[in-house]
Amino acid sequence: MRIRLEKRPEPSNFMLVATPVASVLLTMIIGVVIFEAMGIDGVRAVKDIFLTPLLASYKWQDVAVKAAPLIIIGVGLSVGNRANVWNIGAEGQYIVGALAGAGVGLLTAGLSGWWVLPAIVSGGVLGGMAWAAIPAFLKNRYGVSEILSSLMLTYVALQLLSYLIGGPWKDPAGRNFPQTPLLTGDQLMPMFVPGTTVHMGVPIAVLVALAFWALMSRSVFGFQIRVVGSAPNAARHGGFSARKTVWLALLIGGAMAGLAGVFELTGATKQLNLGFPSGYGFTAIIVSFLGRLHPIGVLIAGIVLAVTYVGGQVAQTTVHIPNSTAGIFQAMMLFFILASDIFVRYRLRIVSGRPAAAEPEGARQ
Amino acid sequence: MHSTAPMRLKLEGITKRFPGVLANDHVSLAVRPGEIHALLGENGAGKSTLVKMIYGVMQPDAGQILWNGQPVTIANPRAARRLGIGMVFQHFSLFEAMTVLENIALGLDASVAQRDLEKKILEVLDTYGLKLNPRRVVSTLSVGERQRIEIVRALLLNPELLIMDEPTSVLTPQEVEQLFETLKKLSGEGRSILYISHKLHEIKALCDTATILRGGKVVDTCVPSMETSRSMAEMMIGGNLKEITKSAGREMGADKFVVRGLTLKGEGDFGVPLNNVGFAVRGGEIFGIAGVAGNGQNELALALSGEERANSADAITISARPAGLLGIEERRKLGLCAVPEERYGHAAVTDFSLSENAVLTARVRKKLASGGFVQFGQARSYAKNVVADFSVKATGPDAMAGSLSGGNLQKYIMGREILQSPEVLIVSQPTWGVDAGAAAAIHQALVDLAGKGSAIVVISQDLDELLSLCDTIAVINGGTLSDKRAVGEVSIEELGLLMGGVHGDPEATAEMTEAMHAHQA
Repeated sequence: MRIRLEKRPEPSNFMLVATPVASVLLTMIIGVVIFEAMGIDGVRAVKDIFLTPLLASYKWQDVAVKAAPLIIIGVGLSVGNRANVWNIGAEGQYIVGALAGAGVGLLTAGLSGWWVLPAIVSGGVLGGMAWAAIPAFLKNRYGVSEILSSLMLTYVALQLLSYLIGGPWKDPAGRNFPQTPLLTGDQLMPMFVPGTTVHMGVPIAVLVALAFWALMSRSVFGFQIRVVGSAPNAARHGGFSARKTVWLALLIGGAMAGLAGVFELTGATKQLNLGFPSGYGFTAIIVSFLGRLHPIGVLIAGIVLAVTYVGGQVAQTTVHIPNSTAGIFQAMMLFFILASDIFVRYRLRIVSGRPAAAEPEGARQ
Repeated sequence: MHSTAPMRLKLEGITKRFPGVLANDHVSLAVRPGEIHALLGENGAGKSTLVKMIYGVMQPDAGQILWNGQPVTIANPRAARRLGIGMVFQHFSLFEAMTVLENIALGLDASVAQRDLEKKILEVLDTYGLKLNPRRVVSTLSVGERQRIEIVRALLLNPELLIMDEPTSVLTPQEVEQLFETLKKLSGEGRSILYISHKLHEIKALCDTATILRGGKVVDTCVPSMETSRSMAEMMIGGNLKEITKSAGREMGADKFVVRGLTLKGEGDFGVPLNNVGFAVRGGEIFGIAGVAGNGQNELALALSGEERANSADAITISARPAGLLGIEERRKLGLCAVPEERYGHAAVTDFSLSENAVLTARVRKKLASGGFVQFGQARSYAKNVVADFSVKATGPDAMAGSLSGGNLQKYIMGREILQSPEVLIVSQPTWGVDAGAAAAIHQALVDLAGKGSAIVVISQDLDELLSLCDTIAVINGGTLSDKRAVGEVSIEELGLLMGGVHGDPEATAEMTEAMHAHQA
């Protein structure tokens, strides 16, 4: 008896949806096993990480605020991933976007008017795009892998952040802490639900996902991205330039990461400090794949990953495991989703092996 | 007279099933010692599956193989070779950077000292009149010479049965002649040959018997010399063969597609540079470009379609408008459409539906997109038209391109371009791997399009196809295009010489070498 992978005539739609769900479930099961093996109450830990944030209504606002940047960045990354352009540096674009927003914030300090917030947000978007433009240029001009260049630029962005908030942009009233001045008044993102921490970035994240859904499924641009990703030669035959696609994919990814960064700045943290980079840019890679590179899937996956962020904090206080445990769960999810990807195109078949072939019966004279 | 000697190879009720297809359905055939036996059938008739089982690559689900009268199980190709079965595949497995000798040594089951091997190779070459230098590096050899390596490799094992899979598809007419002489000599020694082909005149000239497969079953056997090519073709496709009806005395219009001084350097290590290519095609004319594979056809097709830009704007003109520096999209606007050689992943995206594939190349000329958005309704109805007009066997416009058979997908792709009413159509290998019925339909569609006044360029390695389809013809060899000639005024021998050039023809190579020696002396 042997197990064989057999190519399906057409990719399975059921598996397309079932494998992400199975990945989350598998992550939970393996999580229980690992924690039990470590002598921690595994069931409790997994329940706190995956279920408490959903069951306890006072945690919902935390989930929403954390899901918004994940969804916005994840949707942008999905565009690139579909075109086989691998932007690993969304974290850097998120930081530079927030930095650019903070820069505009410094320029508009004390000013008021409806235009102030849009100016800061635009600055953030442009900042993210500018950071993503570097790998795009390097890839098209010198053939440099965008995977490496975009990832390395993340660390450059971190250095840039610590230089600016510790030097030129340091808050004079901040008791020498490395941080930018607090944004005030018209610089701040209004709240969506008064009395909570849910800012306008949350509904905008949902709108962004819907807009990308329309863009990817109906527009010539979405068509181009899909062709370039599926069959680069056919794309060239269809008249779609590979270079332009690299530019567009990275710029869109950068713009969305920048947007998420500036939303986080104006809606949640109100200033930049060394704790600002929280790994959303990296987690969004998982969101993008768990959501099957589909904007609506990303919307759901963004919420799932936000749950693990919030749940990680819960578990920290209840079963005393480090907050970074959530990162392990997120990594497991990515691992399972990538590994189970094969079942979309292949099916597992158990075949009865034929007995080892006999030697030729008729000997040669 | 053969009643006493057992059959060299006998197949009884061989059956092989793949998921969803019965590739071989109770196939029986018999090959006598010394017989050249043709296995004839369209693509997908089950020829390759059958010989793979004879050569031990696959195992039959049912049925029996008798070798010299004894039932055998052929577990793998090594066992097949031990029995005395050799095979020359359609696609060669050779290392470009190694010599002939090294390549042959690598393919042997037992290790032999190099010097002994070279001696043996030279003996085989001498016995069968094959011309090949064992010390040459493979990358410098023509396709014909490469095939000879595979033949020598098989002959070194002293086979009693040699299987040849579509051996002439890459050869010039002269090389085909040489191959046939070798094969006849082998059969004269009592070796049997199983010859797979769909080229009927070759089978008529070479083979003693033919077994005809259709849909995995043996439908007929015949003696090719007693049949006409037409009658064998009809057995093969199981129906009447439609002939291309050319509108006689068609008026040619003015020059519609002109290429002048097209020069491009080849891309990568194996790219062929194009050297000052020039030709003009009139409206209503079908112009054929012949040549052995790998002589610049791919590069030329890309440069003509606009996937690669030319060296100057004037290098290519479409209806008198310079187009050399335009991309494929702008050239489409000027009326140029193209069908690349590779269907899967180049002409079509396999995991896209037929209507999405319509959007790929027809969105501008058929207005399948507007204001940056794809008009999926229009795309579906256009795909539906193509499917209906070109009798594409598909479940409808939502069928995945990859789910269609090669012939049906090719009909769809041809239809997608032809229904855009192009002024100029560039087609590469229009019927490569396509069954005879679909091939006839594709040829007729091209002739009809020319009848409406379009200029058509057909790039093909199939000389028969070009001679029956085209009005004018030229040969590409090493990136250089010969002068254009009218099809009626050029002989096959002339075309063969142009195709082989000096490079592929051993006689000419020998003369050249002598001349060079004489010059040096």
